[in-house]
Order: sequence, then structure tokens, then C-alpha cells
Amino acid sequence: MIQKAKQGDMRITLEVWRQAGPGAPGAFETHEITANEHMSFLEMLDVLNQELVESGREPFAFDHDCREGICGSCSLTIDGQPHGPRERTTACQLHMRTYRNGDRIKIEPWRANAFPIVKDLITDRSAFDKIQQAGGYVSVNTGAAPDAHAIPVAKEKADLAFEAAACIGCGACVAACPNASAMLFTSAKVSQLTLLPQGEPERERRVLAMVDAMDDAGFGNCSNHYECEAACPKGISVENIARMNREYARATLIER
Amino acid sequence: MTIADSPTQSAKLDSKVPGGPMEDRWTNYKFDLKLVNPANRRKFDVIIVGTGLAGGSAAATLAEMGYNVKAFCIHDSPRRAHSIAAQGGINAAKNYKGDGDSVHRLFYDTVKGGDYRSRESNVHRLAEVSVDIIDQCVAQGVPFAREYGGLLDNRSFGGAQVSRTFYARGQTGQQLLLGAYGAMNRQIHAGKIEMHTRQEMVDLVVVNGVARGIITRNLKTGEYERHSAHTVLMCTGGYGNAFYLSTNAKNSNVTAAWRAHKRGAYFANPCYTQIHPTCIPRSGDYQSKLTLMSESLRNDGRVWVPLTKGDTRKATEIPEAERDYYLERKYPSFGNLVPRDVASRNAKTVCDEGRGVGPTGEAVYLDFADAIKRDGRSTIEARYGNLFEMYERITGDNPYEMPMRIYPAVHYTMGGLWVDYNLESTIPGLFVLGEANFSDHGANRLGASALMQGLADGYFVIPATIASHLAGRKLEEVTKDHPAFKEAEASARKRADDLMAIKGTRSVESMHRELGNLVWNYCGMERTAEGLKEGKRKIADLRSQFWTDVRVIGDQNTINQDLEKAGRVADFMEFAEVMMHDALVRDESCGGHFRAEHQTEEGEAKRDDEHFSHVTAWEFNGPDAVPTEHREQLTFEEVKLTTRSYK
Repeated sequence: MIQKAKQGDMRITLEVWRQAGPGAPGAFETHEITANEHMSFLEMLDVLNQELVESGREPFAFDHDCREGICGSCSLTIDGQPHGPRERTTACQLHMRTYRNGDRIKIEPWRANAFPIVKDLITDRSAFDKIQQAGGYVSVNTGAAPDAHAIPVAKEKADLAFEAAACIGCGACVAACPNASAMLFTSAKVSQLTLLPQGEPERERRVLAMVDAMDDAGFGNCSNHYECEAACPKGISVENIARMNREYARATLIER
Repeated sequence: MTIADSPTQSAKLDSKVPGGPMEDRWTNYKFDLKLVNPANRRKFDVIIVGTGLAGGSAAATLAEMGYNVKAFCIHDSPRRAHSIAAQGGINAAKNYKGDGDSVHRLFYDTVKGGDYRSRESNVHRLAEVSVDIIDQCVAQGVPFAREYGGLLDNRSFGGAQVSRTFYARGQTGQQLLLGAYGAMNRQIHAGKIEMHTRQEMVDLVVVNGVARGIITRNLKTGEYERHSAHTVLMCTGGYGNAFYLSTNAKNSNVTAAWRAHKRGAYFANPCYTQIHPTCIPRSGDYQSKLTLMSESLRNDGRVWVPLTKGDTRKATEIPEAERDYYLERKYPSFGNLVPRDVASRNAKTVCDEGRGVGPTGEAVYLDFADAIKRDGRSTIEARYGNLFEMYERITGDNPYEMPMRIYPAVHYTMGGLWVDYNLESTIPGLFVLGEANFSDHGANRLGASALMQGLADGYFVIPATIASHLAGRKLEEVTKDHPAFKEAEASARKRADDLMAIKGTRSVESMHRELGNLVWNYCGMERTAEGLKEGKRKIADLRSQFWTDVRVIGDQNTINQDLEKAGRVADFMEFAEVMMHDALVRDESCGGHFRAEHQTEEGEAKRDDEHFSHVTAWEFNGPDAVPTEHREQLTFEEVKLTTRSYK
């Protein structure tokens, strides 16, 4: 189908990771497409996929859902940067006006041992769920809660807890880290619940259990590169890692 | 108890609403319900499909009580459900502000807001448990906004006259979902929830008239799995993506609900959809979804379009005298703050007249120039800075200098599977929670009430009412080699095989887009009998084209997003026809359902309480047959029926 060139159209060359399944060999495939500056990055991939389908070839598999930067599904490393070049922006909120006519863009999945590739650009991030299952909650049954105003919480602490809780669990921090560490992710939840009085009763056992689960899942250690904070689309601060380290040390003294 | 069949009340739709004073009904009902002995709960398996706010909260609570829960979601993690995207807040009748709120007022506002098409007893229960939801979430560590004194902050939302909305910045849905996710994780860790991710329910298994299991397709491997249980809970969200473009997440779909419908669950009020006026308009044919922006923007922005058709000048070059501030002109007392549906319909009208703006002509301006002149840029920035930034990120335009372009978009569906007071569908043993059911919002949902309903159903209603089924019925042992499982699995497999075998020329995506266009044009903001008849015909044609010309690529035994999508679009095609049929049969206007033939002189929705004060629930008779209509008469004992006016 010949389409009239529209304002804002651009020719883009894509190198996209193709991998049939876990453990299968993978390689970059090159495609040329016409994008438009108003498209989101994922809409550009939609256009590529639709062209592939219409010519009888298999589309690229990639995780995506809300396309509003909040569900944490999208997980593309774009030209070596998780979620691409824009600060505090998930791949789904990245727009093609960031690019110029004639650009070449390389798209690959998260790269981390703890996130094995499932297919093409999709990775298995269930290790994150396992860390949360180990202790990322307050153990309170439904119906047993006191009135919400029974325990006041200082606004400053509540705000800090919120900032840590804003993590969307996308995994960009792990993908950005040279050690593929999950410290930023784990510490965000530890921080949230440490900062709130509701988390106090399980303070020690939570941090110990979550750190153990993190280590068991095969994530690397933190060596203070701070790439995680730079890549985080929600701007989760590395201060949370410091807080978790303190909490861990404290809990080790008390509990072990 | 049996109820008599009459023109306004089908014998098949026993709502089981208890009698007695409204404020005592839920308490008395719970007392009268049978209980499942704690020691016996571990003998019952519960399947929960969908793990958003409704499913996640139900899974956690039922597991805490001792039931064996098997939960399923299509995502890679329960934390990704679309509940996460809800921005504004959650209502609760706490009256922490002392501004006169009460359970009764929240109940009253919700029934009135629903344009008198919801079930009073259900709404009252919702308002009652709203206060417990906040307690529960705070105890979980949900970081709600607080004041300096350490107490929770509230705001007034969506035109409510009291401050009853609890919020966590613009991410309330995320924080509530992560709270439920945490509660689920605790039970997964304890071995009481068996969590199945990347699994799609492709059929419901009904054994001797009772829902006893599901068939799923493992989205990673393509394998079909049989799962049996004593009861099935569907918490699978709404059907907004029938419109293709909506604010729903891309994977939100009607498939689970539709497959249950085909097995005997009636679908109620599918024509009730809510359209939000302030969304970022689409920019081209490649548009994949729409983004909502808080309607608080209308507090300071002025809505306008050029006075004349086809005016292509830049907004800032159009002189004041050649602009039409149509909301201020038509509704002098409410102006830009008319309710969602009125604002949406008027935007459509001016665009249909050819006065829409932007590259597609489907947008109107929302202009802050006067507000910036009046209050200063810094004041406007403090109020809306984050929204302006989001707008600029998506459109590339700076709203401080150029008016925003906005257009209405579908974002919530009030219709859903019919349920009784227990949240049980017309298939015994099948319960439906959250947006997937129909019961609480009538023909229009109030802002900050979706999160409330999802969590009310999951945390507080189903844990009590599930006993009506588990303790109230004799449930024989059912194993996965029962013929009903075999038959359901075979039919699901055949459906996928059929889709793969078509090998036509058109992509699934392009056909979904075409369907969305039809639904939007004929069953969107404004509906007419003639249009709906035509729309139905066109959808039927498109559906037959789909089954002869769609092209699904790839293998079945791996991740195949094209095949997943094809199955969902196929269901949307069947569903959309019923939606239009329902809109046609409901020969009145109410809430989000606006029939152009029925409006007041002011252009307001004109209800016909005498003939349509009922729920319409459809019984499936086959994809090509007209569904059978059933009615549940709505009675109003507490709330007085009135008509709105915004002049």
C-alpha cells in the first residue's frame, strides 16, 4: 500500500532482538519503517508488527499494557538504555519526536541473569514477585484493622513512604546495573514499610527475608554505580538502598 | 423463594435483596447467611480469574479465611492489572472533614449519580463498607496523602459537595492495588494462594448447572489447562476496549465475561458506558490508546472552537470575536463545569459540525490563557504543573503558550454480568466482582467510586456471601476428566484452530480498529434508533468478514500475542452487537446512555421511569440469534427520582 508522506513522517532503521524462546539463539533483525513524530515508541513498534503480519511474517513479542507509564509492563532497552533516552520516562511514554529522520535504533530486552528471556523482547521478571512474597507486606488480615486515624503519621514520613512506594516494578534498575542488582527495587518496598508505623512490628524479619530472597533469585550486588536511579522512570532514590543497608545491619544485630 | 414472571420482572432474575430497614439490611443479611466452619474451609477450592483490585482483594481475604485459592491473571504479575492506572482517589463516608458526609449521603449521591438505574440495597452496602476499606488499606501501609497533623487528607472530587475522597497523589489505584498485591503475596508465601500468571481463561466449565472450573491457555507455552474448584469468581474488568480506542490498558478485554455469558451468565446493561471529556485526542491512524487527564482542568480552562467551519489558523491567531466558547454560551450558570456526559456530547456536536481542531478535526481547545493572565503562570503551574507536563510529553505542545486540545474518550463501563445481592451470576457458583459486574453504578459512575467498589466486593462482600453457595448447596466431587471439562477444552482448542486456519489478508489490529470505529460512531456519546440498527448490521458484516479474512500469524505452542488478540477481538465483535441491541431496546436516555430522540429542551438526558426503571439482562442464544431479554424491576424506597438541570 502506497501512503502519502505526512507531516512529521520519518524513516527509521530498527535493529530488533529476535529470539524464539528461552535458551534459543537470538540475533538482531533489521527493519526499515516509516514512523511519525507524534507516535509513541510502542506505536512505532505496532506499525512494524502490523507490517510484518500483513506480509506473513511473525511480529515481535513485547510486554506492554497501560501505555501510561504506570503498570510497569514495558521493558525495552533502547540503544543500550533501559526505557530509552528520556529521563524519568517509560518506553511507552517515549515519543518519536525524540528521534530524527534517518536514525538507527537498537531495541533489545532487559539483560540480566535473573530475568531470563521468554521470547523476543519479553523477559521473565517473576523473581521480583518472589522478593515481594518473602515479606513485602504488613501481615494484617482483612477486617482486623483499627480506625484509619488511630495512628497518626507525620506528613514528611508519609510523603517519603509514598515516594518509595511509587516503584512500578518494571526492572529497569536491574537492567541498568552493571551487576544486575535488585537493590533499588527491594529497598523501595523495605523503605516504604520501614517509614510507616504500620510496618514496625515486622521491621527486622521483613528486611532479612526480602534480602535473602533477592540473593536467592540470582541478582548481583550493589557497588554504588547509581545507574539504577538514573534509569528509574519513577525517580526512586538510591537513598532507599542506604536505608535498606542500615535496616539490614540493624536487623542482623537484633535477630541473628 | 421463587418470584413471579411479569413484564417488568423476569422470574430468572431473583436479586435476593433482603427486606427491612435499608441501613440494617446488610447486617441482618450477614447474620442470616450460612457460615462455613473454619475447619471446613480448607476443603473448598476457589478459582479467581483476574487479580486487579476486586480479584486481588478477594484472593487475599478468602485465603486468609482458610479457603484454597487458585488465582489467574493474563499479566506476568498481579501487580500489572489495569486498576493500577486509576488516578483520582477512592471515596469513603468517613466524614473526617466534618462536612456532613454520612453513609446515607454517599449512598444517595451514588444512586442519583447513576441516574436511578442501580439497585438501592447494593449501593447502600457499598457505602457502608467504604469506611472499612480505608481502615484496611491504611493498616496495609498504603501511603495515602496526609496533613501536617498526621491525619488523612481528603478532597472533593467530581463535583461532590463533601470532601470524601482519599488519595495518594495521582496514583491512588497503584497504591491500593499494591496493597492488595502485598496481601496476596503474603498468602502465596503461606501456600494458601496458588498464583498462575500469564494464563488466560478461555472457557468456563459448568457441571450440572453449577460453575465448577475453567479452561485456561498458558500464554507462555500455548498449553491448555483444566482447573476445577467448588466455585469460580470472575474479576476481569470492563469492556471499554470494544471501542478500540479507550483509556483502558491494551490487554483489557471482555473475553472471560463473554465466554461465561455464552455458558449461561446473563449480561446486564451493556449499553452503559462512561465517556470522559478531558482526554488527549488521537493524533493519527496509528493511535493505540488514549490518555485521560484529570477533569479538574476544567476549573480554570475555557473550552472553545472556531466560530466558522474549516478555520485552519493557529489557535492564538484566531481573534476573540471568532471563537465560540460553546459551553459558556449554552450553559451560562455551569459553563465549563457541566457534568462529564454533557461536556462530552457538546464536544462531539461541534466537531461533527466541522469546527473541530487539530490534524484530525476531532478535538476542541481547552484554553488557559485567561487563567494565566488572571492568576499568573506560577499559580496555574502549582495547580496543574504535572498535567501540563504530561500533556507536553505526549503531544509536544506547550499548554502555557498554546491551548490544549482535548476530546472525550471511553474509560469505564457500568454494564457487566448480572449478579444478585450475593454477587452471584445466573450460573450458580459463578460470582462476579468489580467492574465486571453491573450492580452499583447504574447508568453512570461517580468519580472515585470504581476503586471503592472493586475493594468493597473483594475485601468485604464476597467473603460473606460466598457461603451462600459453599454452605448452602450440596456440591458433588468433580474431577478434571469430567466430560464437561473435555468438551470445554475441545471447544477452546477448536476456536484457536479455526482462527489460525483462516489465513486471510487482514491483521487482527486493523479489524479491531474498524470495529472500534463502528461502536464509537453508532453507540458512543449519542445514539439513535436508526444509527444503532445500521451499526448492528455493519458489525454483523464485519464479524463475518473477520471469520473469513483475518490473518493470524505464528504458532500456537509459544507466546503468540497475535492469537491472543484475535480471540479477544472475536469476542468483542459478538459482544458489540449485543451492546448495540441493548442501546436500541433501551428507548430512553439515562446517564451515559444518550438517545438523541429522548432529550429535554436543554439537551439533557430524558429518562422514562415509567417504562425503563429496570435492569436489562441478556441471555445468549447463539452468535447469530437475537438474545432473550430479561428484566429486573428497580424499586426506589429511599431515594426520590429527580431530573438534572445545568442551565
